Amino acid sequence: MIHISKRKELPLGQALAIRLGAIVLALVVCGAITTLFTGLNPISVYGAMINGAFGSQRKIWILLQETAILLCVSLALTPAFRMKFWNLGGEGQILIGGLASAACMILFGNTLPNGVVILLEIVCAIAAGAIWAFIPAFFKARWNTNETLFTLMMNYVATQIVAYFIIVWEVPKGSGQIGIINQSTEVGWLPQIGTYKYLLNIVLVALLTVLMYTYLNYSKHGYEISVVGESANTARYAGIKVDRVIMRTLLLSGAICGFAGLLLVGGTNHTITTTISGGRGFTAVMVAWLAKFNPAVMTASSLLLVFMGRGAGEISTTYGLNQSFGDILTGIILFFIIGVEFFITYRVRFEKKEKEATND
Amino acid sequence: MKSITESNLTRRNFVAAGMSSAAALALAACGSNSAAEGGNDAAAGDAGDAGDIKVGLICLHDENSTYDLNFLNAFKEACSSLGIAEENYMIKTNIPEGQECYDAAAELADAGCKVIFADSFGHEDFMIQAAKEFPEVQFCHATGTKAHTENLENYHNAFASIYEGRFLAGVAAGLKLQELKDAGKLKADTPKMGYVGAFTYAEVISGYTSFFLGAKSIVPDVTMDVTFTGSWYDETAEKEGATNLINKGADLISQHADSMGAPTACENAGIPNVSYNGSTVDACPNTFIVSSRINWAPYYEYAITATKDGTAIDADWTGTLATSSVELTEVNENAAAAGTADKIAEVKAQLESGEVHVFDTASFTVDGKALDSYMADVDTDAAYEPDTEAIIDGYFHESEFRSAPYFDLRIDGINLLDEQY
Repeated sequence: MIHISKRKELPLGQALAIRLGAIVLALVVCGAITTLFTGLNPISVYGAMINGAFGSQRKIWILLQETAILLCVSLALTPAFRMKFWNLGGEGQILIGGLASAACMILFGNTLPNGVVILLEIVCAIAAGAIWAFIPAFFKARWNTNETLFTLMMNYVATQIVAYFIIVWEVPKGSGQIGIINQSTEVGWLPQIGTYKYLLNIVLVALLTVLMYTYLNYSKHGYEISVVGESANTARYAGIKVDRVIMRTLLLSGAICGFAGLLLVGGTNHTITTTISGGRGFTAVMVAWLAKFNPAVMTASSLLLVFMGRGAGEISTTYGLNQSFGDILTGIILFFIIGVEFFITYRVRFEKKEKEATND
Repeated sequence: MKSITESNLTRRNFVAAGMSSAAALALAACGSNSAAEGGNDAAAGDAGDAGDIKVGLICLHDENSTYDLNFLNAFKEACSSLGIAEENYMIKTNIPEGQECYDAAAELADAGCKVIFADSFGHEDFMIQAAKEFPEVQFCHATGTKAHTENLENYHNAFASIYEGRFLAGVAAGLKLQELKDAGKLKADTPKMGYVGAFTYAEVISGYTSFFLGAKSIVPDVTMDVTFTGSWYDETAEKEGATNLINKGADLISQHADSMGAPTACENAGIPNVSYNGSTVDACPNTFIVSSRINWAPYYEYAITATKDGTAIDADWTGTLATSSVELTEVNENAAAAGTADKIAEVKAQLESGEVHVFDTASFTVDGKALDSYMADVDTDAAYEPDTEAIIDGYFHESEFRSAPYFDLRIDGINLLDEQY
């Protein structure tokens, strides 16, 4: 018989060793699958992945930029998740924030000075994202509606609104795309630090990470969020106004998603499409969970996911394999990383033989 | 606070340390790669004289999209006929129409590519951005509209006179409708076609109008319903659109969108289909008639050779029937009317000699009147301002003032079911 029991807290070193073992095991399985299905040498496939992520100065910048944006969205979801409010509306909140920035760039690009346009963009993007998250939070706080479904539905609404405005602003007529906004004047583009295209985004998100860590761990708000997450009744008993905490926290969550939309539209892409968030609203859920909602650890988990994505792209370029193959490898590695948490939390015993069959 | 900064710092150091080992690994990987393919290289090197140039291609999707597959095949074909070894051409697939396209182009330029192609309309602005940053690299963008107004020496557009191919495909459709009419198998008294389009963009309008005019040249009383999906690739919407058109009485369907949606709907309903981008005969053996497509290989060969020789590439390059850029697939005798292939060959010769013009003003009317003048929007601007007289000598001059189509007239006989896209 298999007997499963909860473990006492593992020493950090041991837990880390178990996790490392899982990654090694995952790489071995991936290697076996690669050789079986493609006949390629797995070591050179891993080499190509690393090359795709770190192979040149530009590639490292792109890697850091992608990590920054994903991290930004993960940071946005974290306060809500800590409160056990499942905000699956990151996608929509990013889109609506991005749309607000694009609108400022298009509508005021020819009339207002650059600095004012940028200021408007920042305010509008953050406000739009905040409102988009506040709506489901309000309904949750007042009528206890299901936030998972509500935030998901808000994604579709945002996508359709963006699709509508793309047709209003499309160039040329009928093409269904806007193209780079203000390409000749660069009005409303967030400034570039020196010659580094992506440095500003990276610095801003690094700053945000520190702020979020402090907010969650050292502020009264952060404490209230944790208490509401543990038990809403306890929070009420302790005199915390749960409704207010829910709405306040979701305003923050949405605002940061809107900020991510600003970085995507005003900072890098300078256009808006219905797919500009690229699923980050959902990928960020995984980033946040992998890091157990710890902002510092999230830098690592978002880097890991972006690295896998960039590596997958490189495999398809170098070996002519379909990108889906890289995604399969990513899936296997994530399976191991998430699966190992079970063995860290629980002890598995085969009772009869009294033999331990865990961990390695 | 302090501990956070520290952990950030160590992480950064960790990344830096990782990089050097990464570079070593990558070098090892590249080494083994080129060694393995060295044999191919030597063999291919003899076939042409462009062997030592590096070239890149950026695709919106991968080979699962008929549109991208058409580009990928042409690119590989052009590279192999120019003797460019496999490690000297690089392909980036699944690149969205955003900053990712600029990044991909810049990475290809970093890797030493001398000429870089992109295949999707929305890539254009990002290719222009890259072109400004890498003046020594040639950037060639298919289906774009801005090269003739950007005035960059290293940025170019290309398209093909696909309206001639659509016209020929329309002739095949007309013959099929005539056959149905003679057999008394039309759904109504007069023949009616259905067309599934992506957007109300000039490229699509030019496409369905030339298709319609081709059919009309055989069956003058034909009419056509057009529906739009609002996406270049949406299998469900395309299938539903085609089914809707069939239910509204269409005797034959064609489409300008990139999935198998419309051909599949036709095969299920037993309605003849004129396809696009390539043959769909394998999936639709009973209903596929013929397909028109752009063959990009001649353009790739032209642009790569020009880059290699250091000669200028045209800002706008329009492939034609004569350059083999516009092609029709083999006619499926199971579904097509008798004599279709011969008739197509006959009309093709007339198009090439200039005896027949697709957009001859004598063959269509707008609001009941024949046109003798039309200002087209050739120079792309946000206000859609018409700027160029396109009707000269009795016909609309398509793809002459720029390579991408700009025919956007709504002619009589074609009924748009929805225009929201």
